[in-house]
Amino acid sequence: MKKLLLVLLVFSAFSAMAETPEEKGLAIAREVDARDTGWGDFRASMSMLLKNRHGEESLRQMRVKGLEVENDGDKSLIVFDQPRDVKGTALLTFSHKVKDDDQWLYLPALKRVKRIASRNKSGPFMGSEFAFEDLASQEVEKYTYKFIRDDELDGKPVFVMERYPVSKYSGYTRQLAWIDRERYIPLKIEFYDRKNALLKVLVFRGYQQYLDKYWRADEMFMDNKQTGKSTLLTWKDYQFRTGLKDSDFTRNSLKRIR
Amino acid sequence: MKWLTGLLLSLGFSLAGAWELSGNAAIEGRGFFQDPLDSRQYDNDYSLSLDPEWAHEWDEGRQSFVLHLFGRLDRHDDERSHWDVRELQWIYAGDGWETRLGIGKVYWGVTEAMHLVDIINQTDLVENIDGEQKLGQPMAKLSLERDWGTLDFFLLPYFRERTFPGVEGRPRTQPRIEPDQAFYESSREERHLDFAARWSHYIGEWDIGLSYFRGTGRDPLFVPRLLPGGEVVLAPYYEIIDQASLDLQATLGEWLWKLEVMYRDSSSDRFTAATGGFEYTRVGIFDSEADLGIVGEFMLDERGDEATTPFNHDLFAGLRWTANDAQSLEILFGAIVDWENGSTLINLEASRRLGQDYRLNVQLRSWVNADKNDLQYGFRQDSYLQVELARYF
Repeated sequence: MKKLLLVLLVFSAFSAMAETPEEKGLAIAREVDARDTGWGDFRASMSMLLKNRHGEESLRQMRVKGLEVENDGDKSLIVFDQPRDVKGTALLTFSHKVKDDDQWLYLPALKRVKRIASRNKSGPFMGSEFAFEDLASQEVEKYTYKFIRDDELDGKPVFVMERYPVSKYSGYTRQLAWIDRERYIPLKIEFYDRKNALLKVLVFRGYQQYLDKYWRADEMFMDNKQTGKSTLLTWKDYQFRTGLKDSDFTRNSLKRIR
Repeated sequence: MKWLTGLLLSLGFSLAGAWELSGNAAIEGRGFFQDPLDSRQYDNDYSLSLDPEWAHEWDEGRQSFVLHLFGRLDRHDDERSHWDVRELQWIYAGDGWETRLGIGKVYWGVTEAMHLVDIINQTDLVENIDGEQKLGQPMAKLSLERDWGTLDFFLLPYFRERTFPGVEGRPRTQPRIEPDQAFYESSREERHLDFAARWSHYIGEWDIGLSYFRGTGRDPLFVPRLLPGGEVVLAPYYEIIDQASLDLQATLGEWLWKLEVMYRDSSSDRFTAATGGFEYTRVGIFDSEADLGIVGEFMLDERGDEATTPFNHDLFAGLRWTANDAQSLEILFGAIVDWENGSTLINLEASRRLGQDYRLNVQLRSWVNADKNDLQYGFRQDSYLQVELARYF
């Protein structure tokens, strides 16, 4: 009996060591997701400073609301304030774990709510260097994973892992992510295009903790290595658990937005 | 007395601070390529417009008030120089319900070329012949949001007559339409109380709307009249109609499939009309950031050549180019062709932002091969290019 126990112990230790890079990558992604569960709802304002190769700048300002949905992707509502010609335009997204997100665009001049094709996720968001898929709800099921190595980034211990988009409509073959080992949050992501060439680098800066649990970056800087363009995304006025409900995320609610 | 002034001032300031102003001011020029059919019409035109909106929200966003005005000053066309209250509305919304009282605007439908089932608001036709500009509609509206969809009920106590280009206006019909000669089926004329109801929902990839309207039809019939001066004009005749309609969209990957169908019953006619088609979008075309969309839609009216719309047996084919750049450059190019008489309307719309606050809009409309039996025959010399520069605030 003792022998059998010993064998079992050795075997289980061996199997732990034999965790494949794919399994380890998935485990890290699940832990990232688990630590970011339970925030309920939030409101924030977001600005984007677009810069082209010649240094010319262009500003976008938005208000964002989000609602956590159990057993499915989150709901989000983005309302544009700047540039002024798109003021009042709003984007409602019901994201899903596996199937395509549902997405509606509200055009205030016509008072028209338009269902749009959410598969067009590789397209740029408001002319910025962020694609729709970069800003979408990051569900575990949307990628497969592979652990690469333990490393350090700016003196912080990190996991380096790769993730591969499941959707064939994604603009990327793979993403290389640096995940903070203590807090399980992304510090940097490299995006590789369909030809597997480095396209963009995203750096997260100024992480702050909300509700003593949830980490949010104040700044996300996306640098396009192929075009020389960049976008600095800044988050402000984060508020959590503000009492938002499903009825704040309906097609009808889009028409009330100011 | 001083304290009263102080109170009024502080009240004024707090109200002024709570009101949010937005909108645009624009200058527009139109150039026509050919001489007009009627020598009283102009060759070129320019105009100024102002489109301000004030909004005020309180009660944690449950209540809001909106005032949205529009005005245009046109160099030549007295009918196009006009102003309108687009919105003057008090909105009160709770969990799963919403009421709106005042003047408002509502859009129904899914298709791009023709807006068949959209009936609540009257078309402000002098603004643009595409029919997308609407006059404010007095209404009381109740919406209920349930798991099985959204129900909207409308009481519409006052009817707005369609606007038409004046004597000098272009593009316009020959003979011209004289709004002062408008007459009604209902003895209550524009005070007939209209009613509408709508159920809309989405189920997976499908968005569906079922609507019913009873009241004064928004698109008039036309009756020739001889004016005392000897000029023949068309007088708009507004009938009482019953209209039931369906609008449906399936969003399947890169494909959008669309359908609008309506059945209308009036004392003069009973008929069905439909429009529908697809929109296919390719993102990141030619390894760029741009999207290219292909739109194809049919338009069919059971009345055939007797229809009050020129789009009775027509096909629309169009390309939409979205650059996805910082200036949001967008170009839509298309043509509507009547498959029975060959009349063709070519349409180009382009717009881009200039700097942070300006937007440049260019429209080209050209009538080609206009047939005598087509309602667009009167526009055959009226092809034009329109350039508008708008400053947003």
